[in-house]
Amino acid sequence: MSIVTVQLGQCGNQIGFEVFDALFSDSHCPQGLCSKRENEAYQASCKERFFSEEENGVPIARAVLVDMEPKVINQTLSKAAHSGRWKYGQHSCFCQKQGSGNNWAYGYSVHGPRHEESIMNLIQKEVEKCDSLNGFFIIMSMAGGTGSGLGAFVTQNLQDQYSNSLKMNQIIWPYGTGEVIVQNYNSILTLSHLYRSSDALLIHENDAVHKICAKLMNIKQISFRDINQVLAHQLGSVFQPTYSGEGSFHYRRNPLGIDWQVRPPLSGLPTLGKMSLNKEFHFNTSIANLVILRGKDVHSAELGAFKDPALYTSWLEPVHAFSVWKTQRAFSKYEKSAALVSNSQFLVKPLDMIVGKAWNMFASKAYIHQYTKFGIEEEDFLDSFTLLEQVIASYCNLGF
Amino acid sequence: MEEGVVNEILQGPLRDVFDSKQLITDISGSGNNWAVGHKVFGSLYQEQILEKLRKSAEHCDCLQCFFVIHSMGGGTGSGLGTFLLKVLEDEFPEVYKFVTSVYPSGEDDVITSPYNSMLAMKELNEHADCVLPIDNQSLFDIISKIDLMVNSGKLGTAIKPKSLVTSSAGAFKKRQEKPFDAMNNIVANLLLNLTSSARFEGSLNMDLNEISMNLVPFPQLHYLVSSLTPLYTLADVNIPSRRLDQMFSDAFSKDHQLIRADPKHSLYLACALMVRGNVQISDLRRNIERLKPSLRFVSWNQEGWKTSLCSVPPVGHSHSLLALANNTCVKPTFIELRERFMRLYKKRAHLHHYLQIEGMEESCFTEAMSSLSALIQEYNQLDATKSMPAEDLPRLRIAV
Repeated sequence: MSIVTVQLGQCGNQIGFEVFDALFSDSHCPQGLCSKRENEAYQASCKERFFSEEENGVPIARAVLVDMEPKVINQTLSKAAHSGRWKYGQHSCFCQKQGSGNNWAYGYSVHGPRHEESIMNLIQKEVEKCDSLNGFFIIMSMAGGTGSGLGAFVTQNLQDQYSNSLKMNQIIWPYGTGEVIVQNYNSILTLSHLYRSSDALLIHENDAVHKICAKLMNIKQISFRDINQVLAHQLGSVFQPTYSGEGSFHYRRNPLGIDWQVRPPLSGLPTLGKMSLNKEFHFNTSIANLVILRGKDVHSAELGAFKDPALYTSWLEPVHAFSVWKTQRAFSKYEKSAALVSNSQFLVKPLDMIVGKAWNMFASKAYIHQYTKFGIEEEDFLDSFTLLEQVIASYCNLGF
Repeated sequence: MEEGVVNEILQGPLRDVFDSKQLITDISGSGNNWAVGHKVFGSLYQEQILEKLRKSAEHCDCLQCFFVIHSMGGGTGSGLGTFLLKVLEDEFPEVYKFVTSVYPSGEDDVITSPYNSMLAMKELNEHADCVLPIDNQSLFDIISKIDLMVNSGKLGTAIKPKSLVTSSAGAFKKRQEKPFDAMNNIVANLLLNLTSSARFEGSLNMDLNEISMNLVPFPQLHYLVSSLTPLYTLADVNIPSRRLDQMFSDAFSKDHQLIRADPKHSLYLACALMVRGNVQISDLRRNIERLKPSLRFVSWNQEGWKTSLCSVPPVGHSHSLLALANNTCVKPTFIELRERFMRLYKKRAHLHHYLQIEGMEESCFTEAMSSLSALIQEYNQLDATKSMPAEDLPRLRIAV
């Protein structure tokens, strides 16, 4: 089962490169801490998922690179080619010259329709190379113009054209303080549109990753490269092959087969009256948690704490909400490693902050003329605000 | 509209850079009269100008913006220059117009400069996307400061004589007699740094259209205060972090501004930092955190920072910083301009030179005045919010 990656904008392309590099390095790592046969099965599975084969043996990433200005894509292509170990397809990129000007409206309403056919054709070609397509992994940022606006447009198109395939968006949450002044507008427009067409939004906050670099890794002068590499490492540890069931020896064929959708109980959410008086205030309530363990002693790892009902919302049993995947094959030379993917209230505070700031700016009508110039009107903004307030409220209510 | 300056360029060391067919000259000049430049030469040369513009544009794969470089106080730059803005707007409506305008200083020798500047301001208000005002006095002060540093050997380290800022024109004596070369060199550096991220690679690129998008919250308020560091070279190659931080502090000091203004005591609407050289995102963030408390930002844009990182430093330096601020501190410049205008206009001094030109009426003057007054009023309104505490506006309430 293969995944086609779509890299959009400067952020998407810079990260995409690091992700493929991390996946490739790990799969070719000699110290797998497992048998040779197992290592080979791991490699083969990773390869099928993310790379296609070429005649002279250099694997080609299953990726489509899109950017509205050429510098980053050119850099990305040459970095990959230089490594000599893997590369991007020669004709897998779509590039323009003028950029999107950090303008979501320009990315969505101008670039989108203008280049729809070319971009979707490129994706189609990549899909055809797969024996069986599992889904799409779309890497984009929320703050700029191309990743955010064009990314939302492309995801919508993928929803229309490949409705049976999973679409997972890897979204980069910008630093709280200034990368782009209109980042809050771009973010709310992106999120509200993606909510209607994406299956899963995997979020990485620049601030959080920055802290990891500073506090956990002690890097003195943190560059975007450092941040992207941490990110790629995290993604790699989630997406690399794992066993499909307890004791099974075949690698899971469906890497994105997590049940991400929230399904409230059929009878609807419990009303406030039914609230249990014994429940303490929850720090962070989850809908679903996935733990991925790799390396030594995976089968004896103690995971009881993850099954505590206090972690989960009242209308979910831990057995439904918590999953664990294990594999003995170590990841990226780490003897033991664990990854946690969580659908929880974790992002309520950052989301609330972004919506709040965008709302304050919207009230003064600042910068709105830049969006209306390209067809995004005040009603579109209001729609976005409404949708996101609903998301915030829904997540907040999980605690009850 | 007179041949002297253009001829000098054509005979100078850069003669091969300019296409001789793309030159338009006349003989008599505009006589420091905006009306002659705008109305007489405008209509006379409109076709020729259009033809040459179209020719240049044809050579471009993707035309993103025009740079208009002129002065406000004279006749040609001011009059014909602003006429050009209208032409560009009609012929190339999607292309951004960046205008670098040299405003007359207090003691300038052109008596009619207030009239010319006022009439030109109206055009800038209505037809420019972004204006970078510059005044000669600031440039002169900067050059004097460099001379002082170099002469007194204050820095202690060797000054590279071939730094791009102190132009290759040679000895200091010569510069004191003819300072314009060095002063203009500074403006050239401004434009170099402005376009660096579009020309070179970096981890966080910024195109010219992003400047307009992020720094112009309302169409009228498009006047940006620029400041540039460093203004001299340091011989050390590996500059430790402290010196790097000094660069950021300098960018916010009045000594480095290209126009006389006091941004620290006025209100910031938005600020952009364009960094070149070996500077990483953590350095940028550290300095923003450090400088933020001393700067006042408008309530709806508390985190109004736009940043870019370009890997290639300017020649002779290891890094540089260009700060562009949209700040209400430009208001005094405009108020002063209006006052000087009023002093002349009240007495009807020299007015006949203008009114005798076909197409000019007194209404041109009064309209220009009200355009400028409206602009000043907008800045006033924003300044009034300076002392008000930043309040969060009530958000949309959603029924879940």
